[in-house]
Formats: sequence, C-alpha cells, structure tokens
Amino acid sequence: MAALEELEREYERAKRDKKFQVRLAELLTTYAGRPTPLFFARRLTEKLGGAKIYLKREDLLHTGAHKINNCLGQGLLVERMGKHRVIAETGAGQHGVATATVCALLGFECVVYMGTEDMRRQELNVFRMRLLGAEVRGVSSGSCTLKDAINEAMRDWVTNVRTTHYLLGSVLGAHPYPTMVRDFHRVIGREARAQILKAEGKLPAAIIACVGGGSNSIGIFYDFLNDTKVRLIGVEAGGRGDKLGDHAARFRGGSPGVLQGTYSYVLQDSGGQIALTHSVSAGLDYPSIGPEHAALRDAGRAEYVPASDAEALAATTLLARTEGIIPALESAHAVAEVVKRAPHMKKSEIVIVNISGRGDKDIGIMRENLEID
Amino acid sequence: MPLTFHKKPALVVYVTCGDPDLGTTLKIVLAAIDAGADVIELGVPFSDPVADGPVIQRASERALKHGTSLAQVLTLAAEVRERAQSTGLIVFSYLNPILRMGMEKFCKVARAAGVDGVLVTDLPVEEAGEYLRAMHEYDLSPVFLAAPTSPDERLKQIAGASRGFVYAVSRTGVTGQRQQLAEDARKLVRRLRRVTKLPVALGFGISTAEQFAEVGSFADAVVVGSAIVETIERNRGREAAAVGEFVRGLLAAEARVL
Repeated sequence: MAALEELEREYERAKRDKKFQVRLAELLTTYAGRPTPLFFARRLTEKLGGAKIYLKREDLLHTGAHKINNCLGQGLLVERMGKHRVIAETGAGQHGVATATVCALLGFECVVYMGTEDMRRQELNVFRMRLLGAEVRGVSSGSCTLKDAINEAMRDWVTNVRTTHYLLGSVLGAHPYPTMVRDFHRVIGREARAQILKAEGKLPAAIIACVGGGSNSIGIFYDFLNDTKVRLIGVEAGGRGDKLGDHAARFRGGSPGVLQGTYSYVLQDSGGQIALTHSVSAGLDYPSIGPEHAALRDAGRAEYVPASDAEALAATTLLARTEGIIPALESAHAVAEVVKRAPHMKKSEIVIVNISGRGDKDIGIMRENLEID
Repeated sequence: MPLTFHKKPALVVYVTCGDPDLGTTLKIVLAAIDAGADVIELGVPFSDPVADGPVIQRASERALKHGTSLAQVLTLAAEVRERAQSTGLIVFSYLNPILRMGMEKFCKVARAAGVDGVLVTDLPVEEAGEYLRAMHEYDLSPVFLAAPTSPDERLKQIAGASRGFVYAVSRTGVTGQRQQLAEDARKLVRRLRRVTKLPVALGFGISTAEQFAEVGSFADAVVVGSAIVETIERNRGREAAAVGEFVRGLLAAEARVL
C-alpha cells in the first residue's frame, strides 16, 4: 500500500508539473513518433459498402504498438522517484518490449515477466526484449499466460518494493494504475478527435477498439466520452467458443470479482476461482477487464462485443490485402467488428478503428492458422 | 470464542486445506494441535495466490485440482471445532472466493462452524467497510496484515480495525522460508506495540526452532506456514505424523510460559 500511495503522490505532482508534461510530450514526438496518422481506408470502405472507415495508426508508433505512451509516462515517474529497477508483466510482449525500450532509453535495470505459453507464441518479442537489455523471466504456473505473469511481477514487487517500480502495462491493478495508465493513453483519442474534425468537419458515429486489459480502447474512447452521440465499442476475445475457458469475453459470462488488486468483471467459476481463458491473441487473453470499462458498460456509455479467433484471423488477411496493413491479432478483433458493422451504417457516417499494434509479432501464429499460398 | 493466546509465545500453524485432500488435512490439523499448536489457520486454496511463494503456490494448485472450495474449508472447520474446543481457528483466504459466496453468508456459515477469526490476504483496511460490518455482526475477529513498509499512521489504522491479534509480516516479500529473520521484523513489532495493545503475531519465513525462539522473544505469537506445507509435501503417506514431529521440534528449543 505504501508503494501505491507513493506512486499516487508522485503521479499527482507530475500531473501539475509543467516541466514533466513538456518532457513527456517531447519524448512522445521526437522518440515515439507522435502524432500517429488517422488514415482513411478507402478500399476497405468501398469493399464493405457502408460507413467511412478511418484507421488510427498506433501500429506506427515506435515499438509497434500503443504501449509506449504509458511506458514513457511511467518511465519519467521512475526517474522522479529515484528508483533504478523496473519490472513489468507482458502478454503478447508489446508492453514488455516498450518497457525494455524505455529502460534502455532512461538507463534502468529491467525485468519482464512473461508466461511460458506466451513466450512460445510471441518469440519475436522475447528476442527483442533481450536485445534491448531486459531480463525475461518465464512464468510456468497456472495458465502460463498474462495473469500468471502479473502474479509473479506482483510477488517481485512486494519483495523489492523499496528499489523497484512495477510498470504495469494496462488499465488494471490497484489505484492509481487504472487512472494513470488511462491518462497516459488519452493522447490517442485527443489526437483522433482533432484529426477527424479536421478531415471531415464532424465527429464519428462510432469508435471501435479491441479490449484486453483495456488501455488502447480507453485511450481512444476517453476524449469522446462527453460526445454522447459517438458510440464506443469495445471488442473482446471471443476465442473458439462460449464455454468458460474457451474465450476471454469478460462481459459474456463474467461477474464482479477481485483479481490482482482490482474489482471488476472477472471470468470465474462458482467457487470464485479465476477461470482459464483462451484467445489466439495473447494480448486479449486475460480473465478480468479494466474497471473503467466495467463502469462504462454498466452505465451504458460503451458497449462490448466479442470477435472470435476465426473472425480476427480473417480480418487480418482482409486488412492486409485491402489496405496493405498487417494488424496485430489483438487489433484484428477491432477490424473484425468493423467488418460486421460498417455495412449496416450509412455512407455519410464515420467509424474510427483503433489499430493498436502491428502484426509482425504474430507472423508465427498467422502462419499456423492462415492458408497463404 | 475470542482469539486469545494462552501460551507465550503462542504457535499459529497454517495449512493449505485440501493438500493432498481434506481428510488428510483434518488429521494434520489435529496432529498439530496435539503437538502444541494454539491457533490453526485454515488456508483456502486460490487460483491466483499473489502473496504466496512457490511452496504454498504448489499446495494450492494440488488442492484445487480436486476442487477444494471455500465451502468445503468451512465444513472442515466445523469438524475441527467438534474435536478441539479450545484451539483458535482462523480462515485464511483471498477475497474473491469470499465475495463469490457472499460476505453475509460466509460470516454466517463461519460463525456456525465455530471459526474465530478471518484473514483476507488481499483486502486492505481501506476497502474493508462491508467486511468489518459483517464480521462484527457475526462476532468474528478480523485479522489484518501489517507490513514493514506500512507507515505508522497505517499501522494504527490496521491495528484499530483488527480483533484478536495483528499479523506482522516479517519482511517485504511473499510466503516462504528464509535462513535469517530480517531486521525489519523486530522493528515492525516495536512500531506496532506503540500503536496497539493487541497481541502481535509474526509470520513469513519461520521454519526452525531457533527462529521460533528468537521471534518468541519479542512477539506474542509465531506463525509457521510454508515450513508446515513443505513438510506435508515431503512426507506423502505420513503427513500428520510428520507435521506432529515438526511442531514438537519447533517448540523444543524453549519452555513456553502459560
């Protein structure tokens, strides 16, 4: 608790500190490559025959996904707190890579915890982290995926709390993480809102983003929360079926519970044990969901739908061949939803899809699952 | 029955219920009591034991494999209570299984089973409003963890919400045995004594008679967990006897005061 309170205090101070904000903005532009483009997907729009589809290109950010927005923010906080060791959990490896990247940039020791199953299916990212100087520790307890990596990261943190900062990668965990991580990703929606107004002179009818922990989605949703006519759609991992254990759709079959310091919707059994989950995409394969998403859903402000493994894989090929963009499998879930939705929307309506990351890390999985001549 | 330590130092023994099975857990608990344990912590296995090291993680996984549940642990508690009237009984669980059962229902069943106290590993005092109300309603003692990193103000808050005793965690870290007791441990107990008159139990990392005696010199009770769970893991087929021997060995290094 002491570490969480220290982090909260430091974060509140940083928020009010102009120098911190300027330095972060500088790193986001000169180092990470912001702002990211908002791209009009003409061929995809024509193919689906409905709403105008714009893609927010977080896949073009340094390290290949939105994760670095948060890592840079927390990295600068670590500097302020005078700590020198950073630990992180990672699912698909993008957050691990972004953390290792920022630790190399700022000169911190870095240890990343990753489930052994995820290490196998996201090998490229394991190599990148090690090349960047991070130590990657495999976790082979439980389901050997993200939630188990989080358990191990938390154990490390409580043991080494005086010297170490836990750089959590999503809008999960105890306060202040859900708020702080969301704040660091708000730049996505802030940019997108200005960009769409410039390009089209009006707001979109809908915004679609994939939801694992929920960082890219809350990042793009947040600045549109008060634009009540803009529908906010989060896409969860529908996996390979409806049975508990075959998917990671928290709002389909999950119920309120406490996991890893957060109270939110959790996939669990009747005894309160946390369920195993499945998704072809490692980054969405998690049994709980960011509490802010739970609140938005319960308030009716945002809606959450699943996309299956098969739909996500099909969407990957479609986007690759219609627009020349290979999305990460996580982001492909959002693309799968726009494939379903756009044809039923008016041609005068706009929909923005957040492409949260690029698909290089998923080549191995795509090769196993797609028939490419 | 209120949680009191009749001997000084008292011995608190933790077991993960259901490892290897509930029948054996009952035998183990009775053997520990027979050998001198004053309070038993009945550990409820959880899928994500974030505060536990590898020994208790493994025990939890084994217990969960044959479906050990919170409900079953409460039934076990009643069975222990039938056979041991004066032993303190604490249910030691993560929050989610309790939430799933319902706070109200959990407290009701626990009280009826003869449980004295509850320790919820991942429930900080700040979030404990509903829990404390239910615990008080059913006359159960809420036990909270105090860490070496807790500032004095927080220690006061923790002690204020606690009944029975305060559980001081000997070091920053998770459950598991250690060669040496950290300096953190003594200091924490000292700091706690400044803010509470409640007895202080110290746990995490204690496994030998020497450590038991050392901790017993400044704490009111000593909690032994992973060492017991590992003894169980290493003595398949004779778990209860092994635990009995281990507990007697722990208490051998010192003559305890009544």
